[in-house]
Amino acid sequence: MANVSLFLGCVIPNRYPGIEKSTKLCLDKLEVDCIDLEGASCCPAPGVLRSFDKATWLALAGRNIALSEELDRDLLTICNGCYGSLADANYEIKADEQVKKEVNSHLGLIGRNIKGSHDVRHITEFLHKEVGPGKIRDVITRPLELRVAVHYGCHLLKPSKGRVGSSVERPSFFDELVEATGAESVEYPDKMECCGAGGGVRSALPDEALALTGHKLSMIESVGVDCIVNACPFCHMQLDAGQVDLNGRDGTSHNIPVLHYTQLLGLALGFSVEELGIDLNEMKNLEFFKKFV
Amino acid sequence: MSVRNEPNVLSRMEKTGSTILKCMHCGVCSGSCPSGRHTSLNVRKLLRKACNDPAVLSDDSLWMCTTCYNCQERCPRGIDIVDAIFEMRALAVQEGIIYPEHRKVGELLLEHGHAVPINEENRTKREALGLDPLPPTVHSFPEGLEEVKKLLTSCGFDELMSEE
Repeated sequence: MANVSLFLGCVIPNRYPGIEKSTKLCLDKLEVDCIDLEGASCCPAPGVLRSFDKATWLALAGRNIALSEELDRDLLTICNGCYGSLADANYEIKADEQVKKEVNSHLGLIGRNIKGSHDVRHITEFLHKEVGPGKIRDVITRPLELRVAVHYGCHLLKPSKGRVGSSVERPSFFDELVEATGAESVEYPDKMECCGAGGGVRSALPDEALALTGHKLSMIESVGVDCIVNACPFCHMQLDAGQVDLNGRDGTSHNIPVLHYTQLLGLALGFSVEELGIDLNEMKNLEFFKKFV
Repeated sequence: MSVRNEPNVLSRMEKTGSTILKCMHCGVCSGSCPSGRHTSLNVRKLLRKACNDPAVLSDDSLWMCTTCYNCQERCPRGIDIVDAIFEMRALAVQEGIIYPEHRKVGELLLEHGHAVPINEENRTKREALGLDPLPPTVHSFPEGLEEVKKLLTSCGFDELMSEE
């Protein structure tokens, strides 16, 4: 199994720290060799910051990856946005010597250098490939009787160039990880559709973002589930806080618990709702919490 | 918002400028666009406008793309559509066309090294979870933050974000 360094990004440690805690509890139980990537920064954010200036985006991503190279470890992300930025930047740096040279001309000023020697991983593809649904099924202690709406999120899969690829239209690896916890991954219309947050839309055009979120939630509600499971704190925030925003704005009564995969896995490994920070969401669904008392 | 300097957007789009001319206007992009279902974004029209109208840089719909990449994955001509949108956005920002909320995100990065920095509420949440109140990122490593600031200056990002 590849040794990894844990890249936290911004939204997880600074808005949904329960996901950081859950990730550490799960990786420890699964005996994954993982240490903190100390001193890392914003990935930088693929929607807004990549839109502004590509050289800046590449240089900051290059520094984060170089920090992990210095530890001789692959870089593990737990956010689709961080994965999107860092995997895409790593791909460009590895594929194009000129790009690498330009990035290193900036990194040289801070005494660092990116070699292109390591990979950027995402927790879901990492767990699927390196641990596997079979082992997860073996180690869980509390099989979950839940109907789950899996939300892959866009940047886990796309752009497909340079990613080690599953299908971008009908992937299954995330569903398999969810079902390894005992839960059922329920099919629903527009399952692969965006949550609405990406590309800087949430920050500058919140009403437009919520239009996408409201549609996604209505599709999920049409099939009836116990919770939504995602692999990205930005989707997590949009689907969680977005319910509160929509209820306040439109008088809807959305109340679906939203969990990051590591929180779902943590429940199956026997940890409590509080230990995993599921109760720290904006949307509090007490009926869901009661299932795990 | 208006475009001051440059009439020819296409020639300034470094990597995708020539490839968007390959567009045959089939509309798969617009039909695949989750934002376009709910907003005024029409990806096909946006690309067409990029070919002949510098006002594309001040088109509001340029910022309605969530960068989901459906259009890029499905384009039968293999055009890197989202990459083209990124390039148009970068040109717009160079022209000073930027939402105040987005400039704020840039300023947060310049100050904290995080686009979403810690706040009091989340220090408390972290402590309740048994985590350190500050994460082991640049928030806990001032020398790391200095490195980030040096890189941002070296790339000219501080100037790009400054209001003239």
